[in-house]
Amino acid sequence: MATTTREMTVVTMPAPSRRPGGPVRWLREHVIQLAAAAALIYMFLPIFVVVLFSFNKPNGRFNDKFQQFSLDAWTNFCGVAGMCDSLKLSIAIGLVATLASVILGTLTAFALSRHRFAGRSGANLLIFMPMATPEVVMGSSLLALFVTLGIPRGTTTILIAHIMFCLSFVVVTVKARIASLDPRLEQAAMDLYANERTTFWRITFPLVLPGIVAASLLAFSLSFDDYIITNFNSETTVTFPIFVWGAAQRGVPPQVNAVGALMFIVSLAIIVVGQLVARRRRHA
Amino acid sequence: MSAGAALAEAADKGNPAPEVPSGSGRRTWTPYILLLPGAVWLGAFFIVPMIFLLAQSIQTGTFEQGYEQTFRFANYTDALSEYWPQFVRSFVYAGIATLLCLLIAYPLAYCIAFKSGRWKGALLVLVIAPFFTSFLIRTLAWQTLLADNSWITKTLNWLHVTDVTRFLGLTEGDRLLNTPLSVITGLTYNFLPFMVLPIYAALDRMDQRLVEAAQDLYSSPWKSFRKVTWPLSLPGVVAGTLLTFIPATGDYINAQLLGTPAYRMIGNVIDSQFFKVLDYPTAAALSFTLMATILVLVGLYVRRAGTEELI
Repeated sequence: MATTTREMTVVTMPAPSRRPGGPVRWLREHVIQLAAAAALIYMFLPIFVVVLFSFNKPNGRFNDKFQQFSLDAWTNFCGVAGMCDSLKLSIAIGLVATLASVILGTLTAFALSRHRFAGRSGANLLIFMPMATPEVVMGSSLLALFVTLGIPRGTTTILIAHIMFCLSFVVVTVKARIASLDPRLEQAAMDLYANERTTFWRITFPLVLPGIVAASLLAFSLSFDDYIITNFNSETTVTFPIFVWGAAQRGVPPQVNAVGALMFIVSLAIIVVGQLVARRRRHA
Repeated sequence: MSAGAALAEAADKGNPAPEVPSGSGRRTWTPYILLLPGAVWLGAFFIVPMIFLLAQSIQTGTFEQGYEQTFRFANYTDALSEYWPQFVRSFVYAGIATLLCLLIAYPLAYCIAFKSGRWKGALLVLVIAPFFTSFLIRTLAWQTLLADNSWITKTLNWLHVTDVTRFLGLTEGDRLLNTPLSVITGLTYNFLPFMVLPIYAALDRMDQRLVEAAQDLYSSPWKSFRKVTWPLSLPGVVAGTLLTFIPATGDYINAQLLGTPAYRMIGNVIDSQFFKVLDYPTAAALSFTLMATILVLVGLYVRRAGTEELI
C-alpha cells in the first residue's frame, strides 16, 4: 500500500522541465526553508552578541558598544565582586533542587502512568497547575505564605520554591518516556520468569533512565535560570540571576557575558554528547 | 476548576496512560505511596500558598504595623481601577507575542519535521541550545541589539519600517529600544522554544502518507496543508500557544529591561507593590486576579479548541 502511494506521488509531481527555473521560482519553492532560516537567525542573534561582548574591553561601566578585543573577562573570570559567589550558590541550589525534584517527580510519574486509582485525574491536574501559573503568581503566593507564617527567607525558601516548580516538568518528561516504552519488553521479561522487582530494575528502569536524565537537565536549567520566583523568596540571598539583575542597573561587566557564553557552550556540549550516546545505543 | 481540568485533559490528550501489567490489577496502596511525596510538596508549596495569597489580598493595614484580616474585598476593585491599563497591556502584549511566536515557530517546526532529513537532530539541538543561556543575559543582549545606534535600528530606519511601526503605535520616533515593540520582541524571543517544540512534536507524529494521499487526489499543496497538516498539528499549536501566552502575561523582565515605566506590565506592578510600595494586599489582589483571569481565558480557549477545531 505504502509503495503504491509513493509511486503515484512521483507520477503526479509536476515535471521539472515544464517551467524554466529561475531565482523567483527557487524562492517560491524554498519559502519555508527561508522562513526557518530567518527564525534560526533570530534565535541566534542575542547569543552572537553575548559571545562577542564577552571579548570586549568596555569604555566605562556599560558594555554596550564594542570597543576593543580583549580576553580580560575570560582570564579574570571572577574579577567582579560577588559574581562567582552567586554562581556557586546557583549551582549548589540547582543541584539540590534537581536531585529532590527528580526523585519526587519520578515516583509521581510512575504512579500516574503505571497505575489506575481513585483521584488520578485530580493528581494530574495538581501536576499541571504549576505549569499553567505565571511565575509572578507562584512567587508572590509563596511570599505571602512565608511572610504570614514569619518564616525567614533565604536559601531554604529558594530551594523549596525551586523543587516545587521543577517537579511538574520532571513528571511530564518522565511520564512521556514511560508512555513511549514498548510494554512487550516487560511482558517478555515476566514470561522468562523474572519477578516484578527484577523486571523493574533490569528492564523498566534502564529504559526510563534517558527520560530521567533529560528531566534532570531540564530541572537544573530551570532552577539555575530562575529570576522571578527566586526574587520573591530570597530576601538578601544573591543567586546568579539576581546578581545579573542588579548588575543590569549599574552596567553589566563582560564577565557576565563570559558566563552566558560558557553556559551556551557547556549545554551545547551536553546535548551533543547526549545525542551521540543515544545514537550509539540505538545502533548497538 | 473546570478550566484547569480541561487544560490537564488537553495536555494529556494523545498521551493516555497505557494499560501495562502492574500488580495484576489488584488494589494496592502502591500508587498512593509513590504519589505522596510529590503531592504533599505541591500541596504545601503551591496550593497552600495560593490560599495565603487569597487571604492576604483581603487584609488591611500597613507593612510597618502589620496586616489584619478584615475581608475587605474592595481591595480588588481598588487595585483594578488603578491598574487596569497594565492589566490590559499585559494581555495585549502577550497575545501579540504569542501570535508572532506561532508565525515564526511554525515554519521552523515544519522544516525540522519534514525538510531536514538527517539534519533533524542537529537542527533540534540548534533550536534548544540558545535557551540554555541565561534568560536575563539574552534579554540584556536585546538591549544592545535594539539600541539607538545599533545596525538593526539604523537598517529599519533606513527601510522606513519604523515609520510603519510608529504609525501602529509600536515605536516612538526613530527608536526601537524602550518601546512596546522592544518589549514584544523580547517576549516573543524568550518564549519561542515553548512554541517550536510542541508543534514539532505534533508534526513529527503525523503520518506523511496522509499528505501524499491528499495530493494524489489532486489537492494543491496549500489545500493539503490547510485540510491535512494544519488540523493534525493543532494539538501542538494549542499546547504551544498556552505555554507561550501564560508565562508571557506574567513576565516582567522584558518590560523592565526593554521597556520604560510607561509600558509596564502587570508583573512589574505586582513586583513593585511587594518590594517598593510594600502594599502586600494590593499586590496579592492583583496577583490573584491575574491567576483567575488566565484560568478563565485558558479554559475558554481549550474548550473552543477542544470541541470545534480538534475534532
